[in-house]
Amino acid sequence: MPKTDDEKGYVDVVNGRYKPRGTFHVIEKNQPIFNKDTGKLAGVTNPRDMTYIHSYGGEAIFFESLGKGKLMASRCDNEKCDSKGSIFEPFRIYCPDCLRKAKPVDITEKARKTAKIHSFIITERSGAFNTLPKPIKFVNVEFDEEVVTILMSVLSVGEPEIGKKIIPIFRTKSPTYTIMDLMFVAEGTKESDLPDGFTF
Amino acid sequence: MIKFSEKQLKIPKLMRPVYLATVGMSKFDRAFPETRTEELCIDALTAASDFVNMTPAELKSYIHTCYYGHFADHFGDQLLGEAVIHDRLGLDPLGTIGVKTGGATGGSAMWEAVKAVASGYSDCALALGWERMDEVPTDEGNHLISCAADKDWETPLGHIYTGYYAVMAQRYWKIFGKEEESFRKTMAEVAVKNRGYARMNPHAHGPMKITVDDVINSPIVAAPLRALDCCLMSVGAACGIVCDEKTAYEITNNPLRIYIAAGSHTLRVADRRNMKIPLLPNEKPGQYDNLAKEFPGADRYPGFTGFLAARMAAWYAYRMAGVVDPTDDLDVVELHDAFTISDIQTYEDIGIRPYGQGRDYIESGDAYVINPNTNKPGALPSNPSGGLIGCMHAVGATGLMQIAEIGYHIWNRWDEIHEPQEKWDAFGREKPSDWTSLQVKDANRGLAISHAGVGSHVTCTILMNPNKLLKED
Ligand SMILES: [Zn+2]
Repeated sequence: MPKTDDEKGYVDVVNGRYKPRGTFHVIEKNQPIFNKDTGKLAGVTNPRDMTYIHSYGGEAIFFESLGKGKLMASRCDNEKCDSKGSIFEPFRIYCPDCLRKAKPVDITEKARKTAKIHSFIITERSGAFNTLPKPIKFVNVEFDEEVVTILMSVLSVGEPEIGKKIIPIFRTKSPTYTIMDLMFVAEGTKESDLPDGFTF
Repeated sequence: MIKFSEKQLKIPKLMRPVYLATVGMSKFDRAFPETRTEELCIDALTAASDFVNMTPAELKSYIHTCYYGHFADHFGDQLLGEAVIHDRLGLDPLGTIGVKTGGATGGSAMWEAVKAVASGYSDCALALGWERMDEVPTDEGNHLISCAADKDWETPLGHIYTGYYAVMAQRYWKIFGKEEESFRKTMAEVAVKNRGYARMNPHAHGPMKITVDDVINSPIVAAPLRALDCCLMSVGAACGIVCDEKTAYEITNNPLRIYIAAGSHTLRVADRRNMKIPLLPNEKPGQYDNLAKEFPGADRYPGFTGFLAARMAAWYAYRMAGVVDPTDDLDVVELHDAFTISDIQTYEDIGIRPYGQGRDYIESGDAYVINPNTNKPGALPSNPSGGLIGCMHAVGATGLMQIAEIGYHIWNRWDEIHEPQEKWDAFGREKPSDWTSLQVKDANRGLAISHAGVGSHVTCTILMNPNKLLKED
């Protein structure tokens, strides 16, 4: 049963500290585990209902931008670094080589023009807490040569194929502020075919 | 482009020789609903003391520090699980530490133990690993495993690690396998071989007598991977004890020399950047200049098709131990066959075959104890234990099981561990009527690869008969 709003936990940052409000960890009593063949006690269950609180730190700009329909990456602009000009997607706060702050850059247009599938996988499997419809079509997205890495995402509309051109879409209505706000669709997909809440 | 400095490429050096004195392992199974983890760990350590005709108390009296490999705390809902095991093994107040490097945890625990002895800090160190993934529902287990991926960038996408991993298999399948039916069969042969070898191993949890067609017709997990292409998920424990020369010979008349090195690569496959291929001693500059011509799409290294961590672990370990060509210099290997296709990728990463030619190791018959093409001994048998596909993958124990198995071959005591009817009976397993010894004849040197996830950590362990070293100290 989904929780009502009253049963959910929320967190704000106030005066530089996390401030939880609402309900966390509904307690559920443990149960014994018996061996049905021997009737003997084997162990116990330990139910847990936990909520983790997590900072995005310097990556927050990436996750916040998705809901605004923007794909942010970062670029090393350090003149003294061998990797100067390299664009990182996944977004990296620091250049992994010179450890200087990388500059956030908007690669939405670049992605629309150059994104294509480097590899992919289609699977019916998923783990607990999955919210993606199945089968899940994982795609690894390469951009132009400036982008030195290959982003993992999900193909929401269309069939994946290596080398196929794809277009980013964004959950701009009720964003989750997670990587789930970014997906891709095959080139030529109509706006009306996008999943709920997503726009180009 | 990734570059290394000369200092980073220093050949690792042990300040004194290190020896493997004894090893042991428990039974491996999918679940042990009525056995605590400590019972399995005590089984492994007791097996190690039995192996050198000592009581557990006698063997323990040599141990000076302890290195425990246990990956997934969150499965057990127990932090400091290593301290629990350490207490139950009765090894307090010795110094101890836990090691966690995913699927490479067992190898990494041994890496720490070897360095402790090599440095002189300890004369005898215990590396012991275990894993327990049976104590949550399967889909929650899948979520917990997916937590080994990046929690912000990957895990929310399906909470399924296979999805993040199999994209590499797909790329290798298309670029190097060229989507050929014959390559699909070669992948299946790995599963047939390893599950078949597991039939001769009473410790093994997944023995099966199957055919190539059985593998190719098994349910799809994520094409091209099918259920029988994938490794097991197991519970169990394994250990090894390493010593300086003097202590090793107090414990046994024939300890083995041990060398070990480690490599790493990005946690997210996404972050892999292009680089030059680091060459192993049996490869030549320029050798791969035409790789992308021969295999269109192979223009990135390591791209999604190689494991840089495995390459670097072998790069360091071969030079440490004097290995030039693994097929010529070694007699048996235990590789991390998480999937049939990643096993083939590893043949290339560690130089058993050049990049692009991995499949030939299976097709030539070299990877078999008895080469099916010639009916003669294979050039470099791989995974006679059954590997992760046939024997077990109890994450923290896996690398130590592999080291133990290589040891049994070099000690020429493989039969003693795998044949006795009493052991099959004790484990409640039926010994096959066609049980056959897989002891590799005259084995003097062997290797074990311990590998984490998409390739974030890899160790390469090399064991040698001390009278058959390749390099002077
Ligand atoms: Zn830089």
